[in-house]
Amino acid sequence: MAGVAVSTTINGDTVEFLCQPDETLLDVLRDRLGLTGAKEGCGTGDCGACSVILDDRLVCSCLVLGAETEGRRVETIEGMAHGDKLHPLQQKFLEHAALQCGICTPGFLIAAKDLLAKNPDPTEEEIRFGLAGNLCRCTGYDKIVRAVQDAAIVMKGA
Amino acid sequence: MNFDPRFSGRKFTSVGTRPIRPDGVDKVTGRARYGADFNMAGQLVGRVLRSPHAHARIVKIDTSKAEKLAGVKAVITAADLPDLTNGDAAMYDVLDNCMARTKALYDGHAVAAVAAVDARTARQALKLIEVEYELLPHVTDVDEAAKHSAPLINDAIFTEGLEEKPVKPSNVTKRSQFGHGDVHQGFGHADFIVERSFKTEQTHQGYIEPHACVANFSSDGTADLWVCTQGHFVYRQHCAQLLGMEASKLRVTSSEIGGGFGGKTHVWAEPVALALSRKAGRPVKLVMTRDEVFRASGPTSATSIDVKIGARKDGTITAAEATLRYSCGPYAGSWAEIGAMTAFACYKLDNVKTVGYEVLVNRPKTAAYRAPSAPMAAFAVESAVDELAKMIGMDPVDFRIRNAAQEGTRSSYGPVYGPIGIGPTLEAVKSHPHMKAPLGKNQGRGMACGFWFNFGGQTCTDLNIGMDGSVSLAVGTVDVGGSRASLSLVAAEELGIAYEQVKAIVADTSSLGYNDMTDGSRGTFSSSMATISAARNAIKILRERAAQMWDIAVDDVVWEKGHAIAKGEKHGNLGKLSLKEIAVESGKTGGPIAGHSELVADGAGVSFATHICDIEVDPETGATRVLRYTVVQDAGKAVHPTYVEGQYQGGAAQGIGWALNEEYIYGKDGRLQNPGFLDYRIPVCSDLPMIDTQILEIPNPNHPYGVRGVGETSIVPPLAAIANAVSNAAGVRMTHIPMSPPRILAAIEAEREWSK
Repeated sequence: MAGVAVSTTINGDTVEFLCQPDETLLDVLRDRLGLTGAKEGCGTGDCGACSVILDDRLVCSCLVLGAETEGRRVETIEGMAHGDKLHPLQQKFLEHAALQCGICTPGFLIAAKDLLAKNPDPTEEEIRFGLAGNLCRCTGYDKIVRAVQDAAIVMKGA
Repeated sequence: MNFDPRFSGRKFTSVGTRPIRPDGVDKVTGRARYGADFNMAGQLVGRVLRSPHAHARIVKIDTSKAEKLAGVKAVITAADLPDLTNGDAAMYDVLDNCMARTKALYDGHAVAAVAAVDARTARQALKLIEVEYELLPHVTDVDEAAKHSAPLINDAIFTEGLEEKPVKPSNVTKRSQFGHGDVHQGFGHADFIVERSFKTEQTHQGYIEPHACVANFSSDGTADLWVCTQGHFVYRQHCAQLLGMEASKLRVTSSEIGGGFGGKTHVWAEPVALALSRKAGRPVKLVMTRDEVFRASGPTSATSIDVKIGARKDGTITAAEATLRYSCGPYAGSWAEIGAMTAFACYKLDNVKTVGYEVLVNRPKTAAYRAPSAPMAAFAVESAVDELAKMIGMDPVDFRIRNAAQEGTRSSYGPVYGPIGIGPTLEAVKSHPHMKAPLGKNQGRGMACGFWFNFGGQTCTDLNIGMDGSVSLAVGTVDVGGSRASLSLVAAEELGIAYEQVKAIVADTSSLGYNDMTDGSRGTFSSSMATISAARNAIKILRERAAQMWDIAVDDVVWEKGHAIAKGEKHGNLGKLSLKEIAVESGKTGGPIAGHSELVADGAGVSFATHICDIEVDPETGATRVLRYTVVQDAGKAVHPTYVEGQYQGGAAQGIGWALNEEYIYGKDGRLQNPGFLDYRIPVCSDLPMIDTQILEIPNPNHPYGVRGVGETSIVPPLAAIANAVSNAAGVRMTHIPMSPPRILAAIEAEREWSK
């Protein structure tokens, strides 16, 4: 099968790649571009570990084709920190120990960033429903919710 | 080695603080490398062909078409993994589970595998492999499988542990029994007796990271394996044995691990990946799909348990008895045996008897899941205990306090307890504000206790002091949830330096001596013991070097707060030397400074927890909502309290999923109907409340800092605590886990029918 030439923007950089027409964005990121921060937990859009932001919309990159990103903007976990300065969500996840194994963490951070962009002052319930598309098996979500609450306070003050 | 592991009360400086974990930044920036995040030059993609049948004889496998497909570099079957287990029955089962030899024993059992240049080619190749099956009758239910009329899964198995050797083969592989006293007599003294049967369905550990590895078999007979595992040394041994290698020629590196909970203590795909790499002569990456994870890895036992408990009017239990049947998958296991040991471990009993039966079924081979086998037994026992308290008219907490095991109690599984936490957790629950909070309509409160043994085991640790005074700590227990932080704290504590001066890593199998797996809640317990021992060995050298620098006798040098101090008036003007000052000079005083430790960490203190939860039940639909949840557990000593809380919360959440939602659903055809996270629904963020925790610290006398394992016990009480809460809310005793809405509704309707 012939490859599709795609030109897109990933974390602010112009990126060009060839991919198969049936290849997911997740596979392109991980296998072609070396961006392994997005994880494949299920491949069916159920776990959220592959979350990325596509033109300001939170998506599971396992449910998007690589070819669909032509001319669009993709934000991944690799673009969340500015140099060595962590995003407040990243910092608060560390301080609250909102990760144990950490495999779901990139997806949670991306989903939480999207949530706070749309709702800078969420209630606990809004956080819980906003992050309900991301599975974590280690933490019971308690410390994740607290980290997001704390980050929201910091980001409002910024 | 003169290491004294006994507890000595001390004032802690680092231990008990809550610093950021050393692997944290990599994990929040996406840089941490998990099983599937590693690649090698020339790497192939491996894929496994799995049986669609629950039970079938493999008549013929024709791989010729797959082999001819362009881009396919190797195809293997059981013939490429010959039996080298030399009479080791358990290892033979591991081998057969990795690749079916004569029969496919469950839906998802591996029968062949390919390595190809890319995933698409590998998938195409699987479709070209022709397998001829002869279907056999199957059985997936634990009670059905135990019947004499059930289809036999392995006709060479005769039940062990019976008084007389049976004449017919059976799916029941073993009977085990524990207890003491005379239960018959004990029940004779009871004023009240509760007798109930319970069932729990099969669940999966549900780690978010599928099994993944990269195998590189070299033409010189050595190999490397990168893998997500809870025990890379054990994986090395098992893989080496199955592939006919010397262990030292296989170097296994544990990647970051994306959850295991017991499910990554067993090899499945790794020997297959190595065999593919050996045949193809190239590195092979093999990553399971989620469907494969559910169908072929994990799961727990499904169980069927009968409990009988009797008590006097004053609330004293006079006798307790349980019969426990646990499914093992198609291979022998000891899961019911563990259930039988843990069932009554919380209580002080004069007369107790438990009997376990291991049952073969056509389901995946049962694997450990966080305090394996204990949650199901606790569900049955703690439900019956609650019912008995109610019958007597006693508060369920008071009833448990009255019968709780204490220091000196002979446990139901044999040993006599040292200082333990069951009483203190119950007292803490009794006075907890949660117990006094008001409840609304259709709401119920439940509580339950749980026990886990904890484990110590073989441990090896290296502590190397750099010439800049920083400390590298190399441990061999895989970090599943923050242990590099806790072990760095321990090294800092013992050496008397700052946490930031220590960097802990998990070393590969060629860089450190053998370590048992991270299981049995042993990671922090055992590796902290080895770290303390290694640090003490390093301190001995630091003192020697200081003595040399000062030119005084080493016996005149003591180590305090990270410094060598010359003691005695004659050395009054020598001041002190910091660890760094000694390290800087090490090249001139005898070379590198290090402390090593190799030990068997005995004396892992047993662990107890008591949980409280409030549940609301919708009587119209049977739907439930967890309103409030509190965990009280003994940690011995919480090294990093935030991660201890995390273990408590995580275990509770997994237990909530098990109690209310999660179950393997098999069709009549013996195929798994829900191998995905959509249909096998684990709790999501909006399903749960905050999970409150209370850490108790009853020091373990067999650890220098009093540490006990904390990882597993938290999953033991939830099934029962939630069942008791649901039963109180719905007004009907729930006896079947998970308590999904249809099951709750059916129970409510049956109760309504009955009370008409």
